[in-house]
Amino acid sequence: MPVLLEATLKSVVLIFVLLTGFAYLTLTERKVLARLQARIGPNRAGPLGLLQPVADGLKLIFKESITPAGVDKPIYFLAPVLVAVPAIIVFAVIPVGKGPAFQLASEINVGALYIVGVMGVAVYGITLAGWASNNKYAALGGLRASAQVISYELGMGLSIVAVVLMASSASLADIVEAQMPGNILGWFIFRQPVAAAIFAITAMAELARAPFDLVEAEQELTAGFMTEYSGMKFALFFMGEYVKMIAVSALFATFFLGGWSGPFVDQAPILSVVYFTIKVVACLLLMIWTRATLPRMRYDRLMGFGWKVLTPVAIANVIVTAFLIALGVPGYQ
Amino acid sequence: MNDFLPVFILLFLATALAVLVIFISILFGPRRRANNPMKIQPYESGMRAIGQGQRRFPVRFYLIAVLFILFDIEVIFFYPWAVAFRQLGWFGLIEMLIFVGILLVGYFWIWKKGALEWETMDK
Repeated sequence: MPVLLEATLKSVVLIFVLLTGFAYLTLTERKVLARLQARIGPNRAGPLGLLQPVADGLKLIFKESITPAGVDKPIYFLAPVLVAVPAIIVFAVIPVGKGPAFQLASEINVGALYIVGVMGVAVYGITLAGWASNNKYAALGGLRASAQVISYELGMGLSIVAVVLMASSASLADIVEAQMPGNILGWFIFRQPVAAAIFAITAMAELARAPFDLVEAEQELTAGFMTEYSGMKFALFFMGEYVKMIAVSALFATFFLGGWSGPFVDQAPILSVVYFTIKVVACLLLMIWTRATLPRMRYDRLMGFGWKVLTPVAIANVIVTAFLIALGVPGYQ
Repeated sequence: MNDFLPVFILLFLATALAVLVIFISILFGPRRRANNPMKIQPYESGMRAIGQGQRRFPVRFYLIAVLFILFDIEVIFFYPWAVAFRQLGWFGLIEMLIFVGILLVGYFWIWKKGALEWETMDK
């Protein structure tokens, strides 16, 4: 069955690329953060520290995997899987390049909904990990994660609605096509700047990254929901978090930065993958830079910001966009 | 259904990978007997753990969670409308304005009631 074989091969390559990307994203983050704080960063394992992720992985494999007393065992082992798997399967609907060779299932007509749904599943893993660990820090971290994600999911959902409204389709392949005509100004970041800003903020909140990293605020909660996880179970949480970072960057590139589009993609389709990668890496570096720059928010302000600012602004943005389309304003027909 | 076949394959492979990773850790990691009961105690900054970790504590966010379900369903309704908007035209716009109007009345009501304030959230 060729369809099955093709999909399997593409999935295996995708997972391989994601794992490599995850490994080197951790190194990049440590290196960039170090530079921003006038440090050198990891430089001992291999030239320029390039073997650092390998060393970290091997170390974690050979660590004892401690199961603390009193944990709810099935949930305790299920939680890391629930965090890691959704982060990977988001990529099923993201068109990585031009043509079917670089797309797994991006023509699915509910792609945008699928993404919102799958991203939402990961928070179950975090909340359950916090609950199952039989640890107060973990329980508080898990609770914070669920409250934070449900407060920012509204803004994210509504910013994607604005994108779907522009493209008249919820399929990610169509959303990329809708940004193609004309020049760089066709990108939705220029036609939907408010939606792009809201998506960027809510994405960082959903990832629980600085300045929204209340979920694992070290000074108050040790490591939050991962406090009781060791060895490769910890590595799975780590992987889930970083693959989700890549996923969110890929989504931002697809929704607002024209996806794989760029000059000369018709002549050489492989260039589309290069453009997409450049856009994703740019988003990732921006996220790392944000982490080095901004302090953590206070918890009540975090919740208030999500509900009282982002949600109404996102609703207003959808309505204004609908008016612009109905009036046939140039760029919004 | 055929469109979703690659999604299920990726789901299967990702799950297999995650389970394999946990299994590798059990296979290669040292398995020292926890003859010291303190070693497997929950971590509480080096103190003896007081009581269970799975205890009751005041949840300030239960109202937020209820509101989230309501608003998230509204957001889901936006998606089919957004896809079909160019066919619906002004009719679709006015329909949605009525829908959003009702939604906003409820939104400002809960805001005024203090459901979004940290201090009054659990009242």
